[in-house]
Amino acid sequence: MFEDMVTARYYEERLQEEYLEGKQPAFDISAGPIPGELHLAAGHEAAAAGVCRHLRDDDTVTAPHRPHHVAIAKGVDLKRMTAEIFGRQTGLSGGKGGHMHLFDPDVNFACSGIIAEGCPPAVGAGLAAKKRNEDSVAVAVLGEGAISQGAFLESLNLAAVQELPVVFVIEDNDWAISMPKDRITDVEDGSRRADGFGMPGVRVDYDDATAVYDAAKDAIGRARADNGPTLMEVQVHRRMGHFMGDPQSYRPDADTEAAQERDSIERLADDLRAAGVSDDDIEAIRERAHDRVDEAIEWAKDQPEPEPADAHEDVFVNPPSGVTTDEPNHELAESEGDD
Amino acid sequence: MAQQEPQAVERELTMSRAMVEAIAHEMREDDEVFYMGEDVADYGGIFDSTEGLREEFGYDRVMDVPISETAYLGAAVGAAQAGMRPIAELMFVDFFGVAMDQIYNQMAKNTYMSGGSVSVPMVLTTAVGGTYNDAAQHSQTLYGTFAHLPGMKVVVPSTAYDAKGLMHNAIRDDDPVVYMFHKRLMGIGWMPAPDGPKTPVPDEPYTVPFGSADVKREGTDVTVVTLGLHVHRALEAAETLAEDGIDVEVIDLRTLVPLDTETVLESIGETGRLVVVDEDYRSFGVTGEIVASAAEERLADLEAVERVAVPDVPLPYARPMEDEVIPDAEDIEAAVRRTRE
Repeated sequence: MFEDMVTARYYEERLQEEYLEGKQPAFDISAGPIPGELHLAAGHEAAAAGVCRHLRDDDTVTAPHRPHHVAIAKGVDLKRMTAEIFGRQTGLSGGKGGHMHLFDPDVNFACSGIIAEGCPPAVGAGLAAKKRNEDSVAVAVLGEGAISQGAFLESLNLAAVQELPVVFVIEDNDWAISMPKDRITDVEDGSRRADGFGMPGVRVDYDDATAVYDAAKDAIGRARADNGPTLMEVQVHRRMGHFMGDPQSYRPDADTEAAQERDSIERLADDLRAAGVSDDDIEAIRERAHDRVDEAIEWAKDQPEPEPADAHEDVFVNPPSGVTTDEPNHELAESEGDD
Repeated sequence: MAQQEPQAVERELTMSRAMVEAIAHEMREDDEVFYMGEDVADYGGIFDSTEGLREEFGYDRVMDVPISETAYLGAAVGAAQAGMRPIAELMFVDFFGVAMDQIYNQMAKNTYMSGGSVSVPMVLTTAVGGTYNDAAQHSQTLYGTFAHLPGMKVVVPSTAYDAKGLMHNAIRDDDPVVYMFHKRLMGIGWMPAPDGPKTPVPDEPYTVPFGSADVKREGTDVTVVTLGLHVHRALEAAETLAEDGIDVEVIDLRTLVPLDTETVLESIGETGRLVVVDEDYRSFGVTGEIVASAAEERLADLEAVERVAVPDVPLPYARPMEDEVIPDAEDIEAAVRRTRE
């Protein structure tokens, strides 16, 4: 867990550095080595790490538009994920998806840029497991801003009535872009929404990875034993803006400072020390994580960009004849990339 | 001409400032006008579509709403049917799928299904467009989707002047209007606009009538019909082509519903050559519609027709691929040249 969290935090720090390159002095979203929007999850690590520790590769996770920490905890290929974020040909999606649309079928991970839209596919993965009598489970991760969406509420209901092996994990960071939580819901404890659907609900009040781990162990165990879905809410904190470049003028400074003072990673490090883990061992984990991240970023930056003609591929797995007007030579593109 | 001729003005506004000026004016004039959407109050709209409105009008009339498009767009329909004049913002047009039922089964159809006894005087504002590498769920224009489904008027401004006049008209209109603004034209700091959308804008209110295409550049050799960001790309291509003595007329449709085919057909009558440019997908969209209208009415005049649009692929993330599929000035220039071969 600790290594997943350290990896995710350092990964995002490095992404932030790379993202800002070329975008200064005047911030231009389409400039620099990482194009498009970038939503960082610093402060959310405990939720992903504590939950994913109980998952296997054949369990499905759908993440929201803020996906990196979840992807890392789920075991997504770090190098190819990084190449995707840099828009490279060897990225997970060949540069077509980008940071909000990461797919790694090897570990059954997907994410989406549309709020709450990962919930129905997670229900579908749970449905498939149940129909096939398999004991895999599905986890849908979403933000507290997503709990007003129909897709979330409808998914809770469907998972409940079908008794599907699905765990819904709300990462409550108190902010939906500029909207504080108290202006989007009158129910402070989001896990209470489970009551309306006849499923268990549990809230972890503070982003304590160990407490998340314990709560997730119950929820995922219940799903795996065919005892139906659970709704979990984990209080996390948002250390940065909604997206890179967000000036956060709507947010009180005190709130930002409070979020930055809280640190689930340091908290877990303290817990580890209290449990007898030496500082040297903790430092070794950090170094290993940093090396892995640095290596992934260096590798990704070395990867070739896609060929323009690659844009026409992958609309269909089985393209109707005559659909692509500009058939790319993929072998050529790949061999050029290897040079 | 219904359009009030603007006075000569020096003051230039960005497209977002011009839009907001019209909204603020209508809100001052009519207490029934209000604005709601995600991050429209404290944030001022992610694309500055409501910058400063909350400060003047407060939270009651500039409402931040939970992320729940079905609920608040449907609520706008209900408030409009109750006689108010809501403006509801869908942050990105790509999110329409979350709430399309409220848009096309209610907002767009209730007037018809009620035999005209119900009206839905609301404006649905929404950001469109790519060119900033944000991939397939945040980069579409979807002009054709909204224009295809009957019952919605569809507005696509390309300049600050048009944005203000069209917004006044949209709010005053008794029918639902979909007002699609291109992010790259708004004049926001983090997404630099091309030259062009920032124009002189009169202080006083004025309207740009729906169904009045605007000839943004007069020319005699080839007619280029387009809208939104691509008006500026077509103008850029026209300047390059002018150096080779090719005189291009650039028509900005400004509204898709109603569609001003008359201006297009008149121009084709002069040039005989038509290029239609769209940032939306090629099939079943604006390019097909314009070419079909031209073929129906002016087949004999047409010597050449070219379409320039996004091939039928979702918008890719990586720069080389996005550049490949979104037409640029060079693509337009090449299409114009092909009409003369």
